[in-house]
Amino acid sequence: MSRRRTSATGTTGTGAIAPPTQHRFELLRQMTRIRLFEERCVELYSATKIRGFLHVGIGEEAVATGVLTVLTAEDSIVSTYREHGHALVRGLSMDSVMAEMFGKVTGCSRGRGGSMHLFDVGHRFYGGNAIVGGGIPMAVGIALADRMRHQTSVTACFFGDGAYAEGEFHESANLAALWRLPLLFCCENNLYAMGTAIEHEQAETDLALRAASYGMASWSVDGMDVAAVEEATRHAVERIRAGDGPCFLELRTYRFRAHSMYDPELYRDKAEVGHWRERDPLELLTAAMRADGELDEDAFEAMTAEARAEVDRAVDTAEQAPFEPVEDLTRFVYSEAVGPGPTRAGEEGAGS
Amino acid sequence: MSTTLVETTYREAMREAMREAMQRDERVFLMGEDVGAYGGCFAVSLGLLEEFGPERIRDTPLSESAFVGAGIGAAIAGMRPIVEIMTVNFSLLALDQIINNAATLSHMSGGQVSVPVVIRMTTGAGRQLAAQHSHSLEGWYGHIPGIKLLAPATVEDARGMLWPALQDPDPVLIFEHGTLYPMPGSLAPDAAPVDISRAAVRRPGKDVTLLTYGGSLPKVMAAAEELATTGIEPEVVDLRVLRPLDDETIVGSVRRTHRAVIVDEGWRTGSLAAEITTRLVEQCFFDLDGPVQRVCSAEVPMPYAKHLEEAALPQVATIVAAARQVVSG
Repeated sequence: MSRRRTSATGTTGTGAIAPPTQHRFELLRQMTRIRLFEERCVELYSATKIRGFLHVGIGEEAVATGVLTVLTAEDSIVSTYREHGHALVRGLSMDSVMAEMFGKVTGCSRGRGGSMHLFDVGHRFYGGNAIVGGGIPMAVGIALADRMRHQTSVTACFFGDGAYAEGEFHESANLAALWRLPLLFCCENNLYAMGTAIEHEQAETDLALRAASYGMASWSVDGMDVAAVEEATRHAVERIRAGDGPCFLELRTYRFRAHSMYDPELYRDKAEVGHWRERDPLELLTAAMRADGELDEDAFEAMTAEARAEVDRAVDTAEQAPFEPVEDLTRFVYSEAVGPGPTRAGEEGAGS
Repeated sequence: MSTTLVETTYREAMREAMREAMQRDERVFLMGEDVGAYGGCFAVSLGLLEEFGPERIRDTPLSESAFVGAGIGAAIAGMRPIVEIMTVNFSLLALDQIINNAATLSHMSGGQVSVPVVIRMTTGAGRQLAAQHSHSLEGWYGHIPGIKLLAPATVEDARGMLWPALQDPDPVLIFEHGTLYPMPGSLAPDAAPVDISRAAVRRPGKDVTLLTYGGSLPKVMAAAEELATTGIEPEVVDLRVLRPLDDETIVGSVRRTHRAVIVDEGWRTGSLAAEITTRLVEQCFFDLDGPVQRVCSAEVPMPYAKHLEEAALPQVATIVAAARQVVSG
């Protein structure tokens, strides 16, 4: 098996080929939706409408958008507790995600999961997992099931650089490579495991190098450049669908906001954040489109206004939605004969 | 039912159950450490690799978390995996997957995700395997909502529990006591699946109820016979299902006998025996003629030396003594 590694260098991405205008605009639209949704979530948290832990991925939108734009409705996704972006790009309605944040019964997990546990089996979105690394073995199993049934589906598993230190990642990487499973490891390296900088938690910080040691094709990608993420994903997914086994993408990104709403950010200085903000994935894309004369400013403005309106509607809908009756507390501890979603519902589930 | 019984063992019955499940349902497969080429650490899956091939009898790396998690993921995606973990002690390496994923996904997803995985593991002491291969942690697992626990203690249950467990939409853990594998027994060749929701009265009696499960059942049956020779007629209840507990059978028996001894190879503190005692107190306190007794393992890590291991475990003599004390109360 050939192994290829490239490392992200400089600040201009990997020289990805610019996709057609309409497609670039759609990528911009998805990133805008995520950004506006999460900015509103932060406000709603301060207003105590959203509680528990809230982890926003502001700054990391290009990863979710670039990866998921490549996947089809038959593919599966396993994500982390910082998964709003993945859910929205995958096609979960913003209404159902916002209602979940509010803990309402109309939420995508009936208000049982909250921000960290968004589920939608119809979209093959198998959660928000809040145990760091805990979703990875499960993703191996979903890929195994697809493989055993001779399907060409790919499972994309998101996790962070923190999870890379967990045994569950290394056990899973070995197993997936050993069995040549159709699994895409998407390591969102935002340089901090909560508040611990990567150089303080990883003996070797070249994560793609180490992943390659499992016999997986592995690449480091500029995770702030949505076109680069998309191109790398497309390349990896082609290999996986061809039966070449799992691939690993280290998506180098950065979260502009705190780890959670409780994080005073004592572990990094503002200058570093400022430096990364200069590489804001939304601004990189709009700048590139402008430079290519591809950004219709009126359409951009209208799209942003529509995304804002979508967030407004989601908030209004969530505000008005009912809570699950307390009498239902113990429902679904065990499966019900007739539940809201069978094991493998939504075979027609919408893609991104 | 055929009338010609076939002589078999607990181990062979479990193997036959897996073979039948694999034949009946192509979604069923087995994975775990040394289940294939080695034939299973305790030879339970011996011969299945040759019969079903490496796609369905999967040897795994020594990565409990990954392969248990993979079983959970495959179950979510529509397969019916049987995951074998060598011993309950090793299952601790997969606790994250069992407890944070298998047990939570249905509820946490608002009922969208079912996890029809079966996880089999050896449990218990009695083979001088010392403190990292011998414990009985069923009681720990019994604490967790979202999973179901089975403890086959007879050849019939070894043969008949697996198929209904695979039909169950939720994660089912099957605890196989290591001393039971060579236990002989006879089965009808067309032995049917058994009810995995109820406890079973293994010996009817009237003077005291002996409640137990798994590897302690043969000891309790021997103790019952010994007690019977002295005029005490114990009723023996095999719990079979450790979660959810079958209160009706448990409490129903104690209401008849008015006395209870619980024999549990787990440690006494925070044990299944403690849970059952509480249920008896809650549900039939005024039917009791005396305090509930517990016969549990000594609160030590299981020692290697034979005499020490025997002293640490419930034995026929200690069960008899406890029953006599309750009856003479």
